[in-house]
Amino acid sequence: MNNPQLNSHGELIHLLSLDGLPRDILHGILDRAEPFTAVAEREVKKVPLLRGKSVFNLFFENSTRTRTTFEIAAKRLSADVINLNINTSSAAKGESLLDTVDNLAAMQADMFVVRHASSGAPYLIARHLAATQRSHIHVVNAGDGRHAHPTQGLLDMYTIRHYKGDFTRLSVAVVGDILHSRVARSQLHALATLGVPDIRLVGPKTLLPTAAIQMIDNAPLRVCHDLADGLRGVDVVMMLRLQNERMQGALLPSPQEYYKSYGLTADKLALAKPDAIVMHPGPMNRGIEIDSAVADGKQAVILPQVTFGIAVRMAVMSMLAGGSQ
Amino acid sequence: MKIEIRNGRVIDPSSGFDQPASVYVAGSKIVGVGETAPRSFQPEAVLDATGCVVCPGLIDLSARLREPGFEYRATLESEMAAAAAGGITRLVCPPDTDPPLDEPGLVEMLKYRARQPGFAQVHPVGALTIGLEGKRLTEMAELAEAGCIAFGQANVSVVDTQVLMRAMQYAATFDFPVWLQAQDAHLTKGGVAHDGAVSARLGLAGIPVVAETVALATILQLARETGARLHIRRLSSAAGLALVRAARADGLAVSCDITINHMHLCDRDIGFFDAHARLDPPLRATLDRDALAAGLADGGIDVLCSDHTPVDDDAKQQPFDEAEAGATGLELLLPLTLKWAMEQQIPLAQALAKITSEPARILGLTKGCGCIAPGAVADLCIFDPAAKFTVSRERLKSQGKNTPFLGHELPGEVRYTLTEGHLAYSADKLL
Repeated sequence: MNNPQLNSHGELIHLLSLDGLPRDILHGILDRAEPFTAVAEREVKKVPLLRGKSVFNLFFENSTRTRTTFEIAAKRLSADVINLNINTSSAAKGESLLDTVDNLAAMQADMFVVRHASSGAPYLIARHLAATQRSHIHVVNAGDGRHAHPTQGLLDMYTIRHYKGDFTRLSVAVVGDILHSRVARSQLHALATLGVPDIRLVGPKTLLPTAAIQMIDNAPLRVCHDLADGLRGVDVVMMLRLQNERMQGALLPSPQEYYKSYGLTADKLALAKPDAIVMHPGPMNRGIEIDSAVADGKQAVILPQVTFGIAVRMAVMSMLAGGSQ
Repeated sequence: MKIEIRNGRVIDPSSGFDQPASVYVAGSKIVGVGETAPRSFQPEAVLDATGCVVCPGLIDLSARLREPGFEYRATLESEMAAAAAGGITRLVCPPDTDPPLDEPGLVEMLKYRARQPGFAQVHPVGALTIGLEGKRLTEMAELAEAGCIAFGQANVSVVDTQVLMRAMQYAATFDFPVWLQAQDAHLTKGGVAHDGAVSARLGLAGIPVVAETVALATILQLARETGARLHIRRLSSAAGLALVRAARADGLAVSCDITINHMHLCDRDIGFFDAHARLDPPLRATLDRDALAAGLADGGIDVLCSDHTPVDDDAKQQPFDEAEAGATGLELLLPLTLKWAMEQQIPLAQALAKITSEPARILGLTKGCGCIAPGAVADLCIFDPAAKFTVSRERLKSQGKNTPFLGHELPGEVRYTLTEGHLAYSADKLL
């Protein structure tokens, strides 16, 4: 089966995952995002790249933050944005995913930004559009199940590149619930593709898939069950959000114990390089995966991540639907 | 009707007979095999089997007909046409109908509906527990009288081990076979794919191999304890097969089968979330697939089955974890057996045994069934082993068009199928 996000010329037509995207495409997106960071500082925060285009935010799973950043990005590109919270409308009435897609496609959509609780749902949509000769509608994955959150992964790479420059000399730790995290999967694929030589996965065995090491072919992944081992000498610490529901179902005994073993405190951070940056995709659980002193400390780049996120999403959307810049 | 099947290569896996011969059929029986017709045999019809293999009709140990309860997915008529087109003359249907086959009346109705000329003979597996709920025993003796050949739980595990032990004890009282799938309910919970590199990469909730081995260890111990006649259906892993081999070496009489999907495919075939590869048990790693294919060749695994499960498009065209598990298979059992034989260089007679004489043995149908000999039932499959075809929705006669093999080119085209001497299928569309 062909990778459905690339056309026969190897060009990006959808953004479904960072898995399998070559290094030049990743850098191309990051390069394209650079000038968009300046748009936000202008008096008129708009460029006309998507003027007349309709972007549908299809959120089958609740999200305020991600939906808002996509909405801002599309509006800054002058697109018309339609927000749909499907879990409160059609799906509740029993309409199937593909019926919903067909209906919205009939409203002359140019782009679907899709968030869904099931891994792979955006692939189903992209394949369906291809099978029904509507590949001109682009699909952007805004988070699917545990699988991928490619724009989050890209904005994280943008942030790392912004602060650290060269990827090929970095040590990066990804800490937390890797098993359930779509963010972690996208980060790991991007880090591996961009040539990071030391990628550490840190967490308890219940939250780290045993097959994590084989997740990416030939990637320098290393599993650490001890946070200190994972942090020693790293340039970048990428924290993951710990969902509250992980406390049920025998994955973890309590938030307190998790904090004690895997919470990022100033003491633990001191094991990393002195200029290491701390990242988090938000929303944070202070006092569970990250201590407030670190979250608000001078090594944290969590708010710049949010700002860069808009520029990166503008880059992705304009690349897919805006033609050449 | 008297039929002569002429110019074919007759293969009878049960006896090892493999040579050019004619087969003579009168009524529902085979009356002669050889170069000369039995005395005073005057054929009313002649089937030309030039270039074809004539073998016993296929026996499929797991095929869902979707009746009663799921007629929107398939009907007896549609699936019997598919069985005939696939050369299948007998099939075993698991009890997970709606309602499940837990009452004699349901079994009698199914047997009655299926008793039509040209239809494959249906052997139902009765539910081991009422409603497959794993709480109370069914009336096994009554169900056996109604036609059940064994008792099982389809894909549903008995969570309460005490109930499982008692059910096996009770079945053993009457020497009824117990057919179980080894899948620990708790370790399977929420999972949709093999717990391995592919599920980790795709973010799919995993079903670990220990879900099979833990359940298998329990079932094998209970079989030793209770003396129940045990058949393990749909093994999926190398470790599971190793447990079955060890139990046999230890003297336990246990048989097992695998599906055509698990013999040929692995978790990598999920690709980019292809819901056709959503199966129960899940497709496992390459090593598991290779171990199963080898186990089938060396006798570690007794039988290959289709595990035919028609699923409607609406239930398949869903995100992977929401899609219903299962694949259509009646028409692919023979081609995928031939593909395996070609790839592993298994003699044709030995390969065909896995879908004819071996399942007959598991079913206890040793006399005049699953073989080609004078006096045997005229259940026959005549196929061209050299012909190739591409699996497509249009070609499949089953109402279920769901299979990970769509678009694959496979060997083996059935020319004629005879069930009890009745021409059930002809590629020439003569009938």
